[in-house]
Amino acid sequence: MAKIIVVTSGKGGVGKTTTSAAISSGIAMRGHKTVVIDFDIGLRNLDIIMNCERRVVYDFVNVINGEANLRQALIKDKRAENLYILPASQTRDKDALTVEGVERILNELAADGFEYIICDSPAGIEHGAFMAMYFADLAIVVANPEVSSVRDSDRILGILQSKSRRAEKGERVEECLLLTRYNPERVAKGEMLGVTDVEEILATKLLGVIPESETVLKASNQGIPVIHDTESPAGQAYSDAVSRLLGEEVEHRFMSVEQKGLFQRLFRRSA
Amino acid sequence: MPLLKSVDSKSSAASVAFRLKGGLFPLTLLEIAHYNCAEFEQQLQSKAAEAPVFFQQTPVVLSFEEFNGDIGALPLSELVAICKSHGLLPVALRNSNTALQAQAKLLDLAIMPVGRVKAAPEEQAPVAEEAPQTAVPVTEQPAEFSHSPSRIVTTPIRSGQQVYAPGGDLIIMASVSAGAEVLADGNIHIYGALRGRALAGVRGDTSARIFCQSLEAELVSIAGNFKVDEDLRNNHWKAAVQASLDEQTLYITPLV
Repeated sequence: MAKIIVVTSGKGGVGKTTTSAAISSGIAMRGHKTVVIDFDIGLRNLDIIMNCERRVVYDFVNVINGEANLRQALIKDKRAENLYILPASQTRDKDALTVEGVERILNELAADGFEYIICDSPAGIEHGAFMAMYFADLAIVVANPEVSSVRDSDRILGILQSKSRRAEKGERVEECLLLTRYNPERVAKGEMLGVTDVEEILATKLLGVIPESETVLKASNQGIPVIHDTESPAGQAYSDAVSRLLGEEVEHRFMSVEQKGLFQRLFRRSA
Repeated sequence: MPLLKSVDSKSSAASVAFRLKGGLFPLTLLEIAHYNCAEFEQQLQSKAAEAPVFFQQTPVVLSFEEFNGDIGALPLSELVAICKSHGLLPVALRNSNTALQAQAKLLDLAIMPVGRVKAAPEEQAPVAEEAPQTAVPVTEQPAEFSHSPSRIVTTPIRSGQQVYAPGGDLIIMASVSAGAEVLADGNIHIYGALRGRALAGVRGDTSARIFCQSLEAELVSIAGNFKVDEDLRNNHWKAAVQASLDEQTLYITPLV
């Protein structure tokens, strides 16, 4: 049975699409047949980050409306063997998504042998975001270490546990927190919320902490999901998160200020 | 829900002469079965002798539901005078006819809607001056505050969510997030941090309390008397506390 994972946040610009691209690539690279769906109808970005923008012929809405079949719309990723992308429509509006239509496509994907279905949610708490989360078994809530983002994530968690299909059946959606753009130095200075603060406020399981890194922006501009950059801390942190998602026990990294070099320590002592 | 009133808001204390507030007070009904001046006075006198503590300017509502006889011919002013001379203070009329209501108007008595005891506090408002609240027998709690099931919530209350326990206590075995609201007719127990809004005794129960493991609230209110974040921050912030009401003042006291 396919596991449906929604990547959501409430607030925009916190790294949902970056995370969707990285996590779906990571799961596929571990040998699981995976599809990532862009639910951001009208503002599609996932295809750009996955560098398949020019290969989009049919999209999610075409499939829902029966104008194309799934096989025509799915784009095979060039880097990860088992990964497929279902792009959003740039020309429709979000009302094109219907509960019945989305359900039919998720069922078709599951029947097609996909093990993981990643739903990249648009920002906000309106129809598009609601459609992305409605069928989820697990939610990855992406938050930045700042008060407004954490507050919006809290709101999303509330909606998730009250409005989703699982909630309607009296079940709970599994939830986990991914903290992105984390800068331990700024946390130490008190300019940023720390991991423990965020964990305490949201009272939910921590999936991972992605350190703030230039490589993230570079990767997204180049259209290479950052998880492929195995040298960068951000790529490594996403890789750890994927391991945890697949049930492995991996210790959290990149949460504290790195040890200063010998020279810096000597300099500090003499100053 | 009763109106909210800030306990120590500086601006309102200086400029606002009064404010209207909802309240729920138990009132005694004086059911008149039939009326004969001498007989009524004699029976009332013996009743007063039995329970002198009760007959001290006690507000009562005159009810004529069971009345036998010509209700229009009833000398209301005489009846009211006898009541007053024996320590009962008629404040309103119930189940009366139009002739009696005209008399009541002359006597400054309120008219209660038929058979709805719950509407009593609002109806009492016009004559509130006549009915000193201290005389209200506090032992008679309205039925809706007792024997009601508690509501237990085991999951966190998230921003934007509202949880209400009608007629009873609300027990939350997790935190209440900023931007969330929890309400109960009775007490509220929070076995976690209270970061949102908590309103206990929303239907006027002034004996309701709020308990929490860590006070970080946006607002705490009991029976319409509230304190907001900036009033709360100075005392026992992030401590385990209870909030209780005494004489319209909201007190925050540590639990240990």
